[in-house]
Amino acid sequence: MTANPMSAATPSASPDPAAYVRLARVTKKFGDFTAVDEVSLDIRRGEIFCLLGGSGSGKTTLLRMLAGFERPSAGSVYIDGVDMSAIPPYERPVNMMFQSYALFPHMSVEKNVAFGLEQEGLGRDAIRRQVGEILDIVKMGGYGARKPHQLSGGQRQRVALARALVKRPKLLLLDEPLAALDKKLREHTQFELLNIQQRLGVTFIVVTHDQEEAMTLGQRLGVMNHGKIVQVGTPSDIYESPASRFVADFIGSVNMFEGRVSEEGTGFVRIECGELGCAVRAERAVACGHGTTVWTAIRPEKINISRRPPAAGAAGAENAVRGTVREIAYMGDMSIYLVQIDSGKMLRVTLPNITRGGERPLAREEGVWLSWHGSSPVVLTE
Amino acid sequence: MRSQGWFARGALVLGLVFLYVPIISMIVFSFNYSRLVTVWDSARSPSFRWYAALVHNQQILGAAWLSIRIALVSATAAVVLGTLAGMALTRFGRFRGRMLLAGMTTAPLVMPEVITGLSLLLLFVAMAQLVGWPRGVGAVTITLAHITFCMAYVTVVVQSRLAGFDEALEEAAMDLGARPLRVFLRITLPLILPAIASGWLLAFTLSWDDLVITQFVAGPGSSTLPMVIFSKVRFGVTPDVNALATIMVLVVATGIAISTVWMRHRQRRLERDMQLAAAANL
Repeated sequence: MTANPMSAATPSASPDPAAYVRLARVTKKFGDFTAVDEVSLDIRRGEIFCLLGGSGSGKTTLLRMLAGFERPSAGSVYIDGVDMSAIPPYERPVNMMFQSYALFPHMSVEKNVAFGLEQEGLGRDAIRRQVGEILDIVKMGGYGARKPHQLSGGQRQRVALARALVKRPKLLLLDEPLAALDKKLREHTQFELLNIQQRLGVTFIVVTHDQEEAMTLGQRLGVMNHGKIVQVGTPSDIYESPASRFVADFIGSVNMFEGRVSEEGTGFVRIECGELGCAVRAERAVACGHGTTVWTAIRPEKINISRRPPAAGAAGAENAVRGTVREIAYMGDMSIYLVQIDSGKMLRVTLPNITRGGERPLAREEGVWLSWHGSSPVVLTE
Repeated sequence: MRSQGWFARGALVLGLVFLYVPIISMIVFSFNYSRLVTVWDSARSPSFRWYAALVHNQQILGAAWLSIRIALVSATAAVVLGTLAGMALTRFGRFRGRMLLAGMTTAPLVMPEVITGLSLLLLFVAMAQLVGWPRGVGAVTITLAHITFCMAYVTVVVQSRLAGFDEALEEAAMDLGARPLRVFLRITLPLILPAIASGWLLAFTLSWDDLVITQFVAGPGSSTLPMVIFSKVRFGVTPDVNALATIMVLVVATGIAISTVWMRHRQRRLERDMQLAAAANL
């Protein structure tokens, strides 16, 4: 589904029958500061939805409104069709995993996990059984008697997850679930989270500032900026077809040039870029008139780099520029090249290191040709 | 470096002498047989004569018992009120009158005791005339006065503990289905208990040895231990006061020793646990 922000802004006009969580023009103000600005969003049952944004983008405030810790200044939050406005956090069918994990330091792991069930007034045996089950699921079976300060970061994360899941919520909110873990552990935990989500069929809403985390976890992402959701879509939608310069720049790295539409054909546009020193032929249907100012975005991995000019078919003046390698960063699996093109602008190009020491590698200050396929550039109007 | 070591050691010795010589001399003289405090009767000392006399001194025993009761009641009441005030000051953001409440709770810390005592006495007299309670000055008014100034200390202690409290813990409890009162009893209270306990001990000792404020609001037949000691000393120090003071020092020192050992034990256990967790992380 290619969602554009306009259709998400008016859910009442086209209600999604499968929507499990619905935000309808939700606004939250703290004094003069608008943290969340008329956000409308539908989240389906059983999906993993990632809210991605920088600090201060309003993503955490949005999450706290779903949990019930903040009240919207305007608009409403529906969960499973029920308006949550007047419902306090302790009566919502929602559980949250906190960024700091918020494990109760004076209780053992078992007691921490049992806390939620005790509030429901369940019997002792039922509580013990369910706590045991969930601790097994998160692979913390043998740690029931430990106190939180006796656990490592990864173990605490698991206990926090178990505590949030033990009440079998239909919706789990996760605030930066992996931020406190080191890189190796993160990757491992990421796949385990997906696994658990599938097993229990819970709807996940994840807040994160880390795009990698969002891309691997989320089935759909919502990119937030200044309290607004600027784009909703699958990870590949957002990476390959960003809706705005902000999104293109925020997700991954990108080379961006300002230019003017000089020709509009069927299925392609030609853009004159002064900054680039060549015309860009983008094989995309873009609704913009002749002479409009647009921005062309090309991902670093979609640019080819070669010592000789590309084949004559590319016509030389189109989708190909000459430059000089200024910096090379060897990353192991790939290398990053900073190439200064003849107009003076720096371009970022990444190449996978496929062969092992075969060809003579590019050196600094070497003259090269950069080229790309017509399907690679993204043309942005805002 | 050498001179610094010499200086530090000198300062330490001087400080210890300054602090403890009076107390040690008092303890030594409590075992003096002589009726005259300043004359050491080397023939019959040391002796427990004045400790024995103490047991039969109904005035001192009665005053000690009254002081203990007043200290227990006022420390407990001060802890309840002080905790509530501390909660209000840290949790409810900026409400109307917050500055006023903050100022009022900390005022007794800086107010001269004479003024606090005098104003409380005036208040009690006025209240007795207007509403007929409290009737006269005595144990009740002493307790009320002690609660007033002890509460200020408890508030400060509890407030500092709450300031470092991770509110996500309370939110997590609420998220798991606990109502606000439950959250307070199961999460907040156990976690601030150390602060409440030390606040209680502080309040107890403050109430136990307060003299100035107590003087103002005490009445006939309600003499606390510090008042009795003070009035006895005015007619010259008697040896049984030395014995009494020695017992008090002993009790306090034991209490401090126990709490220090316990705290150190806890600290060590915590450190060991953290090391274990870090090792498990590798």
